[in-house]
Amino acid sequence: MDSSLLASLPSLGIGAADLAAALLFMYGLHRMSSPATASSGIFVAGIGMAVAVLASFLYAFDVNSAARPDLWLNMGLAVVALALGGGVAWWSGRTVAMTAMPQMVALYNGMGGGAAGAIAAVELFGGKAQGTTALIVTLVGALIGAVSLSGSLIAWAKLDGVIKKPLRFKAQQVVNGLVLLVTLAVGAYVVVASEEKAATWLTIPASIYLFFACALVLGILMTLPIGGADMPVVISIFNAFTGLAVGLEGFVLQNPALMIAGMVVGAAGLLLTLLMAKAMNRSVSNVVFSNFGAASKHKQGKIKGELKPMQPGDAGIAMRYASSVIIVPGYGLAVSQGQGKLYEFVKLLQAGGVSVKFAVHPVAGRMPGQMDVLLAEAGVPYDMIFQLEDINDDFKTTDVALVIGANDVVNPAARSDKGSPIFGMPILNADQAKQVFVVKRGEGKGYAGIVNTLFYGDNCHMVYGDAQAVLVQMIEAVRGLGLPAAA
Amino acid sequence: MDFHITIGGFVALYIFMLAAFAGWVIIGHVPAILHTPLMSGSNFVHGIVVVGGIYALLNASTVQEQVIGFVAVLLGAGNAAGGYAVTDRMLAMFKPSGKAAGHAAHAKAGVRKSANVKSLPRKKR
Repeated sequence: MDSSLLASLPSLGIGAADLAAALLFMYGLHRMSSPATASSGIFVAGIGMAVAVLASFLYAFDVNSAARPDLWLNMGLAVVALALGGGVAWWSGRTVAMTAMPQMVALYNGMGGGAAGAIAAVELFGGKAQGTTALIVTLVGALIGAVSLSGSLIAWAKLDGVIKKPLRFKAQQVVNGLVLLVTLAVGAYVVVASEEKAATWLTIPASIYLFFACALVLGILMTLPIGGADMPVVISIFNAFTGLAVGLEGFVLQNPALMIAGMVVGAAGLLLTLLMAKAMNRSVSNVVFSNFGAASKHKQGKIKGELKPMQPGDAGIAMRYASSVIIVPGYGLAVSQGQGKLYEFVKLLQAGGVSVKFAVHPVAGRMPGQMDVLLAEAGVPYDMIFQLEDINDDFKTTDVALVIGANDVVNPAARSDKGSPIFGMPILNADQAKQVFVVKRGEGKGYAGIVNTLFYGDNCHMVYGDAQAVLVQMIEAVRGLGLPAAA
Repeated sequence: MDFHITIGGFVALYIFMLAAFAGWVIIGHVPAILHTPLMSGSNFVHGIVVVGGIYALLNASTVQEQVIGFVAVLLGAGNAAGGYAVTDRMLAMFKPSGKAAGHAAHAKAGVRKSANVKSLPRKKR
């Protein structure tokens, strides 16, 4: 073997590893698209990640001459950073409660954006990005990554309850637009100054700092006015942003694995964002540029009927004697940690021969699909969980619809009341069941802040109380009947 | 021999275009039930940025570059490890009716559940 072939082995190794990683990522995501194969999908993608990370240390054979004296120190730093960042994030990801999942995804996503921004910073400060194209791509990636970092942190703070109220002020969009323009202008200055090698007003490092500062502020300003209900869409947007930033920095580093993985996530994140926005009956621009709730000062017509309270035990017994029950869970169930008790109650009904199904609205929970995860955590098999389009026709022929901790997603106003802010949103037709029980903490309104006409319907009874406490009483009542179970 | 290649402007655009199309198609088939795990899963995939961070750190020649490179690897590793941990936990919970549920508290429920799925025993006595 001649020496030049030997010298090129490391880059061949990296190339092969990155190729394998790109393939495994796409195959893994593909497997994740069906519940039956999903858990192996993340494992496949994980192997791709491990291969790529291990192979990346082969870069040590090919570092530039300036960094050669520091190579061992740099390798040590890389190992420490991997162990520290990976270890802490692994531990937090393993221990966090399932209800806190949305903010954790926001946090990890912000980290990815920050990493992309930091890579861009190294390239810019070290003068490694040469040529106009490379400079522009680096800066665009840096801008998107930095916006994703600070924006995701705000999203995390909002979902975690650190920031409680959306911050809105007059002419907010104008201010945001100006900050964006300033950021772009500073970016253009960095490109021109680096190309001409002459900095007129600011030194190049100072202008790079200013660029990152502006980008971070932009991310904060963009996210602050958005309300908690819209946060899932925002996290999904930032997820796509981070993917895009990673892809662009991958081009700068000439690494196809980063380019492919980043762009796959960028496109997938965009589609996921559109799907979520559609499920919530909101356009993406509406989420980002307008303030939810501000426009919904709409006068509702007088509502016929009255609220009819019912004891939890009575409702439980009525369901035991029904032949079919559809359960519509909402985030209120998760807040009271009642999923386990709910499934216990469901098993009790099933033991009595009652047919039970779960109907999950696409935006139940605080993130589309989160309710599915929470039910799965309680042990509910996924073939008992039905999505909106698959179950909506079944309500007509069902004895009881049990709405538990959900509100806006079963509001018939979305079908009939043109003036309602949620008009046009696809809803679960719980009102069409022969009987409806609504478990709710009080007479309050839902996220959208509108009265639910379903609650006033002739076929509807209200069961007031904390979801978990109500379920405990329902279970006791059904057990108290002393009917033999099937097992 | 030199196996080094350069990805120029248009080749990069082709890669971006094909990758974007692949991402769009792969996600297009996902049922709503998997939206949250999928968002988390794609979040994990862009954790590959840690590889870029390692490259930048290994090539760092000043203290400033080393500090920023260290932060890049730290954050990238957090993205990858956290994304994997969370996604894996969520997906491990998705079980069909046949298997006993993953939650320890419900392990004993498996027998009763499988017995009552089909038959309609002693209803309305």
